[in-house]
Amino acid sequence: MISFQKVTKIYQSDDRAITALKDVSFEIQPKEFVSIVGRSGAGKTTLFRLLMAEEKLTEGEIFFEGQDVHQIPFGKLPLFRRKIGAIFQDYKLLPSKTTYENIAYIMEVIGISEEEIAKNVPQVLELVGLGERAHNFPEELSGGERQRAAIARALVHRPDLILADEPTGNLDPFHTQDILKLLLRINEMGTTVVLATHNKEIINSLQRRVITLEQGQIIRDEAEGKFILS
Amino acid sequence: MFITLRRIIKSGWAGFRRNSGLSAAAIFITVLVISLATFLFLFRGASQAVIKNLEEKVDMYIYFNEELSSNDLLEIQDELSKISEIRNIEYVSRDEALKNFVLRHNDDEALMESLEELGKNPLLASLNVRAWEASQYAAISNFLANSSFNNLIAKIDYQEKKSVIGRLDSIIFNMSRIGIILGIILAAVAILVTFNTVRLTIYNSKEEIETMRLVGASNGFIRGPFIVQGIIVGFFSSLITLLIFGISLFFLSPSLKLLLQGFNMFHYFISNLAVIFSIQLASGVGLGLLSGWIAIRKYLRV
Repeated sequence: MISFQKVTKIYQSDDRAITALKDVSFEIQPKEFVSIVGRSGAGKTTLFRLLMAEEKLTEGEIFFEGQDVHQIPFGKLPLFRRKIGAIFQDYKLLPSKTTYENIAYIMEVIGISEEEIAKNVPQVLELVGLGERAHNFPEELSGGERQRAAIARALVHRPDLILADEPTGNLDPFHTQDILKLLLRINEMGTTVVLATHNKEIINSLQRRVITLEQGQIIRDEAEGKFILS
Repeated sequence: MFITLRRIIKSGWAGFRRNSGLSAAAIFITVLVISLATFLFLFRGASQAVIKNLEEKVDMYIYFNEELSSNDLLEIQDELSKISEIRNIEYVSRDEALKNFVLRHNDDEALMESLEELGKNPLLASLNVRAWEASQYAAISNFLANSSFNNLIAKIDYQEKKSVIGRLDSIIFNMSRIGIILGIILAAVAILVTFNTVRLTIYNSKEEIETMRLVGASNGFIRGPFIVQGIIVGFFSSLITLLIFGISLFFLSPSLKLLLQGFNMFHYFISNLAVIFSIQLASGVGLGLLSGWIAIRKYLRV
């Protein structure tokens, strides 16, 4: 489903070149649940940004469902991105829309009917425990609530792939477990999940494939991995 | 298609309502811009009316020798009326000229006494000529100087009026030049101010626009609500400007009438209401739309 082939990303900052990813290659099969672990700055977020064609590659190729992501014409990128449900580290909720509208937005973009939206959005909001916050704006939500709203937005249109960048970073242990269970349930229903985190407990409790990044390079890729950093 | 359009309009309206501070600022600036456009339109109308009024007051008399009969004069009148520069030509007989003179100077006893002492009518028959434009009097005067009946002409009062006509001509030229220059400067200022206001408004939504791209919204779906907001701002601004001008001119028109030689600004405004509102809508909505289109483009590159 996803294939990274010798991917390198170098950022130019003033006169200095910063290598965020170096020669990264791996594959992810459909319906897999893969965790990407590593310290802050190891390249997890860059990996996601490149997969979403949010940034340009320096070298290499990335394929999604057989399609070279960085060869997709600019006008067709929205169609490609609709196949992905992204949970961003900084939530990226639309500040001028309510929680309900934020979640309904992606369905509106796709062109789903009002009836379908009115049926699905409240269900997803209940699922992440935000039923009572449907008509609040993001600035009126706590960090944890914003994170759950971002998760709800990523799930609501039933994408082929969920990219979750530190989705439990602002959640208490109770909600962390809930979200993990939710991601696992979605994965069991056939959605591929890629989770980036540096939370040791989460990784160790999952007992799924773990790719470990260090200074932009893959140092370990285990089918049933644990959180091990040198 | 219809559902997308409905969603875009709904979202644009919500954005307009929720960002009330920004919407108010945008309306304020747009009202200023539309006011400039309206002012230019009214300035053009008023200056044209004043110029027309002044031109109406300018005329030229061609005096003919005493021995010429009225039939000869009417023949010359016929010939002159064929000249395209002449708008109107009127025959004034000696008797009529005397009658007008007496009417005009009735209060001047000394003048009336000297007229009586003369014992005869000293005035000459004439043709009163009115041209379409002040600048055409010189051409008519030249034509007369080279005409076959030049030897029958006693006097043309063009030379006496030449400086007044010349001044009027330069006023007309300057007024239209001022109008054009003022128009260009104001339009440039208006475009810059509106563009920067819209750019600042959209800069606030920079991250929002990028997020919309990342979750898979097409450029049209992102751009649409901003364009709708621009149209709403333009529409409300036009209505407000129309109201401001309507009320102001209603009260100011009597004072302006004196200044503008009888030109009724309020009447002009009302009789051109449809054109003025169209100009206001076109400038308000057009500017908002264009600026929005350009400003958003910058953030749609993700």
